[in-house]
Amino acid sequence: MDKQHQKKYWKNNLKYLAILLSIWFLVSYVFGIILVDELNTIRIGGFKLGFWFAQQGSIYVFVVLIFVYIKLMNKLDDKYNLEK
Amino acid sequence: MDIQTWTWVLVGITFTLYIGIAIWTRASSTGEFYVAGKGVHPIANGLATAADWMSAASFISMAGLISFSGYDGSVYLMGWTGGYVLLALLLAPYLRKFGKFTVPDFIGDRYYSNVARVVAVVCALIVSFTYVAGQMRGVGLVFSRFLEVDINTGVIIGMFIVLFYAVLGGMKGITYTQVAQYCVLIFAFMVPAIFISIQMTGNPVPQLGFGSSSDGVYLLDKLDGLHRELGFHEYTSGTKSKIDVFFITAALMVGTAGLPHVIVRFFTVKKVSDARKSAGWALLFIAILYTTAPAIAVFARTNMIETVSNKKYTELPDWFSNWETTGLISFDDKNNDGLVQYVADDSVNELTIDKDIMVLANPEIAHLPNWVIALVAAGGLAAALSTAAGLLLVISSSVSHDIIKKIVNPKISDKGELVAARLSAVVAVIIAGWFGINPPDFVAATVALAFGLAAASFFPAIVLGIFHKRMNKEGAIAGMVVGMFFMLYYMMRFKFDWFGGGTKADWWFGVSPEGFGTFAMLINFVVSLIIASFTPKPPKEVQEIVDNIRIPSGAGEAQMH
Repeated sequence: MDKQHQKKYWKNNLKYLAILLSIWFLVSYVFGIILVDELNTIRIGGFKLGFWFAQQGSIYVFVVLIFVYIKLMNKLDDKYNLEK
Repeated sequence: MDIQTWTWVLVGITFTLYIGIAIWTRASSTGEFYVAGKGVHPIANGLATAADWMSAASFISMAGLISFSGYDGSVYLMGWTGGYVLLALLLAPYLRKFGKFTVPDFIGDRYYSNVARVVAVVCALIVSFTYVAGQMRGVGLVFSRFLEVDINTGVIIGMFIVLFYAVLGGMKGITYTQVAQYCVLIFAFMVPAIFISIQMTGNPVPQLGFGSSSDGVYLLDKLDGLHRELGFHEYTSGTKSKIDVFFITAALMVGTAGLPHVIVRFFTVKKVSDARKSAGWALLFIAILYTTAPAIAVFARTNMIETVSNKKYTELPDWFSNWETTGLISFDDKNNDGLVQYVADDSVNELTIDKDIMVLANPEIAHLPNWVIALVAAGGLAAALSTAAGLLLVISSSVSHDIIKKIVNPKISDKGELVAARLSAVVAVIIAGWFGINPPDFVAATVALAFGLAAASFFPAIVLGIFHKRMNKEGAIAGMVVGMFFMLYYMMRFKFDWFGGGTKADWWFGVSPEGFGTFAMLINFVVSLIIASFTPKPPKEVQEIVDNIRIPSGAGEAQMH
């Protein structure tokens, strides 16, 4: 793999990281902590939404984030013919 | 059969299983001893990582902690799961590509310095010993409550089991016993949760159950109401300041991602994409327990208040007196009316409950069958033993690989190193057992310290090592030392009252010692970056290492060296 491709691959990886980590920050720190009181005025069934994000929702999103990352990276590896 | 017999049977079966696996998978080389020959399937590694990570604290204490702290307990839920996102995205694939045996290996090679290696070894040892002491205590506790043996006898039985399979099997043995232990512990955690969820809400899924209604009122609203009535703060809102919740959550997340016994699990798979996959599986398996725990917390809290509050002491159910004898529940009839007053006001409150019994006593409180109660004991033991074994492996490889092989005697043969690894595992088990029998009072305080130190030392050094090519040894060493120094200072001042001590009012920016790891981590990043910009670039070979670990191809088999 030449330098040019390597750079492009890495840039792409960093872009994925930036997007996924922003979502990671949003669901836990923003929804679960910073905006918890505002979200608690909204209810889903017996849950106040802010409380639900802090004790349930953020964890589900974390799991999904990692599997999305796995998918994206496997595709990227294929595109650059890595790890055969 | 009674609870006692059921417990002996279930514990006996599971222990035999663990030992059988250890004999079947024993290690024959250092590659197998340290990283299971780098041939573990990603799903198996995910299961093993989940068991490795979920300790006696996750299994026994966490639901109880949340039960007593309500919304504030969210720091543990988010903190101890969110770290896996960081692990999967920022650390695991690159460290696997780097392809050595331990975390200090990476720090030492990437920062071309034995000083950095030694700093990393010291951090790894402090973090792991702090942690393992708590696990051995957990084993002792479960034995003493369910099998009515002395706590110390329990610790010693636990020591022998761990000794046997960790020393014989190394990482290979530990991996496959952890797979079995995950199955035992998750079954033991879920069965009572599902039973109780059906009992209280009619919904078999606990995650949904605690948002459903019982007798026409939403369970959480009912609990909030009970809390207001008894003078506690509302369950679904917190008492901690927002900034503190933010910092504690971040410290636990980053600390999780920096714990050596977790990181090293990702060295055991075949290739880089498998390292990513196993992080995903690990978090999925962990999430099953972590999303159930807050439901158990709500069920147990409601049940407990309704069972004891304003009831006659003499008419309380059997479980109450069972747990009174262990000292984990105590009742003091201050106004001599024969009723149990359980309220927030300390001068009126008559009931003290240890948070640890919420999970252990929950099945009894809910009148579940005896085999379920025994299952919880086996699950608690599985959780404690699997974590203890993972930690002991980090300790023994730090000594035999990072110190003996890399610094003291580089000429040692593979066989010699394997003997050294086994001997250091034996010594580590003995020290851990000693801590379990004579628990230092600072254990509770030092678990926060373990996360804080991992956050303040390893995490920035590893992340910068991968993402910042310009980072050199001067910057990394200065960052780790300064980060650790601040963490230790803050902890000693506010937890042990040294250096003049201080109260909540003296906390920097209102951040508690538990959350200070985030602060110390930021200091580490800043110091590392500033020092590195004034000092020489790392050598060309090292920059090539960085280029190389960023590309997943050719991760290779376990190296023999």
